[in-house]
Amino acid sequence: MSSEKKLYTVSIYSENNIGLLNRISAIFQRRHINIESLNISPSEIEGVSKFIFVVNMTEDNVKKIIGQIEKQVEVIKAYYHDLDEIIYQISGLFKIKSELLFEEPQIQNIIKESYARIVTVNKDFFVLEKSGRKEEVVALYDKLSAFGIMQYTRSGLISVTKEEMKISTLLETYNN
Amino acid sequence: MATQTITNKETLTKVTETISGSEAIVRCLIEEGTEIIYGYPGGAIMPVYDELFKYQDKIHHVLSRHEQGATHSAQGYARISGKVGVAIATSGPGATNLITGIADAQIDSTPMVCITGQVFSHLLGSDAFQETDIVGISTPVTKWNCQVTKAEDIPAVMAKAFFIAKSGRPGPVLVDVTKDAQLEKLDFSYEKCTKVRSYNPIPKTDLASLEAAARLINSAKKPLIVWGQGVILSQAEEVFKSVIEKSGIPAAWTILGASAIPTSHPLNVGMVGMHGNYAPNKLTNECDVLIAIGMRFDDRVTGTLSTYAKQAKVIHFEIDPAEIDKNVKTDVAVLGDAKANLDSLLPLLNENTHADWCNKFTELYNIEYDKVIKHDLYPSTKGIRMAEVLKEINIQSKGNAAIVTDVGQHQMIACRYAEFNKTKSNITSGGLGTMGFGLPAAIGAKMAAPEREVVSISGDGGYQMTIQELGTIFQQKAAVKVVVLNNDFLGMVRQWQELFFDKRYASTEMINPNFVAIAEGYYIKAKKVTKREELADAVAEMMASKEAYFLEVCVEKEGNVFPMIPTGASVSDIRLE
Repeated sequence: MSSEKKLYTVSIYSENNIGLLNRISAIFQRRHINIESLNISPSEIEGVSKFIFVVNMTEDNVKKIIGQIEKQVEVIKAYYHDLDEIIYQISGLFKIKSELLFEEPQIQNIIKESYARIVTVNKDFFVLEKSGRKEEVVALYDKLSAFGIMQYTRSGLISVTKEEMKISTLLETYNN
Repeated sequence: MATQTITNKETLTKVTETISGSEAIVRCLIEEGTEIIYGYPGGAIMPVYDELFKYQDKIHHVLSRHEQGATHSAQGYARISGKVGVAIATSGPGATNLITGIADAQIDSTPMVCITGQVFSHLLGSDAFQETDIVGISTPVTKWNCQVTKAEDIPAVMAKAFFIAKSGRPGPVLVDVTKDAQLEKLDFSYEKCTKVRSYNPIPKTDLASLEAAARLINSAKKPLIVWGQGVILSQAEEVFKSVIEKSGIPAAWTILGASAIPTSHPLNVGMVGMHGNYAPNKLTNECDVLIAIGMRFDDRVTGTLSTYAKQAKVIHFEIDPAEIDKNVKTDVAVLGDAKANLDSLLPLLNENTHADWCNKFTELYNIEYDKVIKHDLYPSTKGIRMAEVLKEINIQSKGNAAIVTDVGQHQMIACRYAEFNKTKSNITSGGLGTMGFGLPAAIGAKMAAPEREVVSISGDGGYQMTIQELGTIFQQKAAVKVVVLNNDFLGMVRQWQELFFDKRYASTEMINPNFVAIAEGYYIKAKKVTKREELADAVAEMMASKEAYFLEVCVEKEGNVFPMIPTGASVSDIRLE
C-alpha cells in the first residue's frame, strides 16, 4: 500500500441529520487533516445525504479515516477513491467588470477558448461560469486574473464513481 | 392529569397517555429498567427533577457533589453491572462538567446515557443564561448525541439513546432536552428501539475468517492470547476460559480485561503493557501467533509499534471494524461479538498443552518475582510499599472484592497485585487516565452491586480531584471502603521526573491536608496508618466494617512502579529496575 500522499475523495452516504457534518469534520480535524473541498447534497436515494470530501492523504490513513467515519451511528457507508476511479467536476464563477470586455479584446478569445459560459451581463459587470476539472478552472483564473477579477468562487468537487456503489442493497440488508 | 386515550383501534392494547416531556423522560428511564441515576439539579432540568420527586419509589436519584462525579458513578454502576449508567445534569456548567466522564466512557466503551437540560428552544443561540452548545461540545466524545426541542420526540430519542449506548461496542450517549420540550405535553407510549437504519452494531462474522483463525491457532507452536474488555462486555468469560483451557494457550490481559478469568488460573500469565508483567511483554516478541480478543492495541499496551510482535501472525477478534489494522496489522480479522465467535471457535480448536512454551512464562515470572515482586510484597525498606496494602486487601477479601482505582502508581500496583476471583472486579479509568475517577466510580459500583465488597483505591492526588464525593457516600450510606495510598507526591509523574527529567520534581510534591479529619467531617469512620506493623489490622478492620470506612496509608515517598516499558521502547525492552 502506498505511503505517498495523494488526493482522494471520501464519499459518505448518511442520514440527513443536524450535527452530522460537525461529527464527521471533527474526525478530520482531530488527525490534523486539511479538507481541500467539501460538497453536501442529496444522493440517489430519498432521504439519504451524500458528502464528498477531498483530502490529501496516504492510502493507509484514508482507510483508517473511513473506519472512523463508518463507525458514526448515522453514517450508512463511506468510500474512498483516487481521482482515476471517479468522474468528477468542479465549477468556478468569475465576476468581471463589463468595460473590460470592450477594452481588452483578448478576454473574448479567452472565453471562447475555455468554453466558459456567460451567466449574466449588465453595464457594470458580467459573470462567467466554467465547469470542468480543477486545472481547467484554475487555468481560466490565471488567464483572467491579469485583467482583474472582481470576485472569484470555486465549488467543491462533485463526483460519481465508475464502479457501482450498491447503497440501496446495503440499506436493505441493514433493514432485514 | 394523565388522560388515557386509545390511539389505534386495531391494536387496542396500545394505550397512550398525555403527559409532560419531563415525565416522559422519567417514564422512559423506568421502561429501560433504570433503577439508580446520578446527577445534580439546576434551572434547565428542574421539570425533570420535579418528576423524579414524584417517581422516587421507582427511580433512586443520587445527588452527586459535582456533575463529573455523577458521570463516574454512572460509569462504575455500568462497569460492575453491565447495565447502562445514567447521569443527569442541568444546562451550561452542569453539562460541561459531564464531559470528562463522557470522554472516559467513550474511550473505555462504557454504556452510559447522559441527560442534560437546555434553555428554551427560542433562546438557543442567543447566549442565554446557562446556555452552552453541549451537543457541539460533546460530539467528539460521544457515540451518539441529540438535542430534543419537541416533547413528542422524547420517547423515540430516549429509546434510541439506550439502544445505541448498550449495543455493539458500547459507549456514552448524550440527550439534550430544551426546557420547553420538558414542559410541553405529548401522547406518551414507549417502544424499545432494536434497530437504527444506518447503524450496524455487530458486524457479521465471516465464517472463513473464523476457520482461518482456528487453523492458525491449531498449527501454532508458541501462541499467545491477549484479551481486553471485549471479553467482559460480551459476557464471554466462560467460553473464553474453555478456549484457553482446551488449546492450552497462555493468556495475558490489558488493564480493562483484568478479572475476566481469575488471577489464579494457571494459564493467566498476567498484564501486558507499560507496567504489566515481564513474561507476557517479553514473550509478545517471541510468540508465533498473537491472538487478540476484544482489545484495541493501545499504545500503552504495544510500546513502539515498529517492534511489536513483528515475528507473529496476528489474529484479531473484534466487534469494531475501525480497530482492525488501526495500530497493528492483522493477518486474520474475525469481526463480530466475542462470545458468539469464541462459541464457534471452541469446537474448531485442537486440544493442546504447549508445556515448554508455558514454562518460559514461569521462568520469566520467577525473574520478575526475584527482581520486583518480592521487594514489592515483602520489602526490606522502612516505608510501607503500595503492594503491601494490596496484599492485605487480598487476604481479607479472598480475591472477591471489586477494586476501583483512580489513575497513577497506585492504579498500576493495584492491577498488578490485586487478586480477582470474579469478573467485572477491576473498575478503573484505562484509556483516558482520568484522575478523580476512582471515588465516585466506587460509589456507583457499590450501589449497583450492594452485595459485593467494593474497595476504592486512590493516590493522594487523584483523591483530591473528587474528594467531595465523600458527601455522596455519607448521604447515600454507601458502604464503600476508601483507601488512599499517600506518598505526598503525584507519584507517577514524579517517577517520570526521576527517570527522565533528572529528578526535577516540578509541581509534583503535595502538601496534603488531614485526610482523616476530612473523612470524619463527613461522619465516615477513618484511620491513618504510618507503620508496617499497623497495616494488617487496619485493613482487616476496614474490610470488616459494615459501613463506609476511610483508610489512609502513608507509603514510601519515592517508590517506583516496575517493570516499566519506557515511552518509545519495545515491549521486549521492558525494564525490571
